[in-house]
Amino acid sequence: MSDSSANSYWKANIRLVLSLLFVWFFISFGCGILFVDALDTIRFGGFKLGFWIAQQGSIFVFVALIIIYIRAMDKLDDKYNLESSNEKDSAASQESSK
Amino acid sequence: MSVQIWTYIFVALSFSLYIGIAIWSRAGSTKEFYVAGGGVPPLANGMATAADWMSAASFISMAGLISFLGRDGTFYLMGWTGGYVLLALLLAPYLRKFGKFTVPDFIGDRYYSQTARLIAVFCAISVSFVYVCGQMQGAGIVFSRFLEVDFTTGVLIGMAIVFFYAVLGGMKGITYTQVAQYCVLIFAFMVPAIFISIMMTGQPIPQIGFGSELTEAYGGGYLLDRLDGLSEQLGFATYTEGQRSTQDVFFITAALMFGTAGLPHVIIRFFTVPNVRDARKSAGYALVFIAILYTTAPAVAAFARTNLINTVSNAEYEMVPEWFSKWENTGLITFDDKNNDGIIQYVGDPATNELNVNRDIMVLANPEIAELPNWVVALVVAGALAAALSTAAGLLLVISTSVAHDMMKRTFMPNISEKQELAYARISIFVAVLISGYYGINAPAYVAQVVAFAFGLAAASFFPAIVLGIFQKRMNKEGAIAGMIVGFTFTAAYIIYFKIINPAADTADNWLFGISPEGIGSLGTVANLLVALAVAKFTPQPPAEVQEIVENIRLPGETIPR
Repeated sequence: MSDSSANSYWKANIRLVLSLLFVWFFISFGCGILFVDALDTIRFGGFKLGFWIAQQGSIFVFVALIIIYIRAMDKLDDKYNLESSNEKDSAASQESSK
Repeated sequence: MSVQIWTYIFVALSFSLYIGIAIWSRAGSTKEFYVAGGGVPPLANGMATAADWMSAASFISMAGLISFLGRDGTFYLMGWTGGYVLLALLLAPYLRKFGKFTVPDFIGDRYYSQTARLIAVFCAISVSFVYVCGQMQGAGIVFSRFLEVDFTTGVLIGMAIVFFYAVLGGMKGITYTQVAQYCVLIFAFMVPAIFISIMMTGQPIPQIGFGSELTEAYGGGYLLDRLDGLSEQLGFATYTEGQRSTQDVFFITAALMFGTAGLPHVIIRFFTVPNVRDARKSAGYALVFIAILYTTAPAVAAFARTNLINTVSNAEYEMVPEWFSKWENTGLITFDDKNNDGIIQYVGDPATNELNVNRDIMVLANPEIAELPNWVVALVVAGALAAALSTAAGLLLVISTSVAHDMMKRTFMPNISEKQELAYARISIFVAVLISGYYGINAPAYVAQVVAFAFGLAAASFFPAIVLGIFQKRMNKEGAIAGMIVGFTFTAAYIIYFKIINPAADTADNWLFGISPEGIGSLGTVANLLVALAVAKFTPQPPAEVQEIVENIRLPGETIPR
């Protein structure tokens, strides 16, 4: 892999990570802590919205963020032809277990 | 059948399962002992990580803590799950690509320094020891209450089991027992939650029951409204409103998140999968498996709190159910009839309140309070033990690899053979079991407090050093070492001052920026980052081959040499 494509791969990676971390911060520290009282004025079912985000909603968002990350990174790896060397690694581990 | 017989059956069954797995997965090489040969499938690693992560604290204490903290309990929920986002996005894939055995391995190689390696060893061992003592204690409490053995015997039984499969199987044995332990603990947590949810709201999914209306038998109305009403009526804080200051909640959450991402026993789990893609995938699986418990816990907390108030408030002391007296015997529930009317006054005002309930017993007592069948109660016991033992084993492995691999092999005795290294690893795990058992039995009074320690220290020492090592090519050994020392010392000093030297001063007025000792790790993390960046600016660049390592870990797969 050339330097320039390694560079653009890394830049795409950083962009993805930063945008996901922005959502992560906004939901947990923003909605779950800083604006929780304002959001509590909104109700759905038996929940106040702020309380629900703080105790449950944020966790669902965390799961979603990691799933998006896994998918996007796999795509990025394919685009740059960064095959994970499955065969090589598993061969090595078999060797060591002998 | 009685609870006790069911408990013996479940505990015996689950323990023989763990031992069976240990015998089947004996480790023959150091690679198997340290990282299970690097061949664990991502799904299995996700389960093992979840069991490794969810300790006695998550299983036994957390829902109970939340039920007494109300909305403030949020920092446990978000802190202990949100850290996985950091772990998955910033650490796991790169550390897997780096492909060694331990966290000090990474710190030592990336910062080309034995000093950095030894600081990392010191941090890893102190964090893990603090944490493992709590697990042994948790196992002891469970044994003494449900199997009615002596507390010390309880800890000894726990030690014997962990010792057996950790020494025999190393990481390989631990991984596959943790997979089994995850299944046991999640089943044990969910079954009573589902039962209680159906009973109280008619809704089988506890996450939804949490926001549903109560059945007629429980007085109708939304659960949370009812709980708020009961709390206000008895003078407790309103359940869905916060009591702590916003900045304190903010910093505690951050400290728990950074700490989660910096705990060595969680990080090393990602060394066990075959490649980078699998490392990312298994971080996702891990959080899914953890989220099942963590989204149920706040529901359990609300159910348990409502149920407890309904059952004991204004009840006649002579008429209380059997579980009440059993917990009274352990001293974890105390009733003091201040006005001698024989009726339990459970109220917010400490002057007239007559009942004290230890927060740690809520999950264990919950099925009994809700009058669920005996086998469910026994199942919870087996689950609690699975949670305590799986985490203890993971931590002990960190201690043993730190001693045998990082200190012996990589630092002081580089010429020992693999066989000798393996022997040292087994001996050090054995010694670590003994020491942690000793502290589990003779726990210092402040053991519950020191969990904050483990997180704060992991956050302030490892997390910034690893992240900078990956994302900042310019970061050198001077910066990293200075950062780790400043972060670790600052956090440790703050916690030791408020928790051990001068506990009387531990109030919001005396705290730095209103941040409690539980949350100070996040400030330590920031201090570490800033010091590291500043020092690195004025000291020489890292050597070319180290910059090469950084380039290399940023790309998954085998990079083709240029």
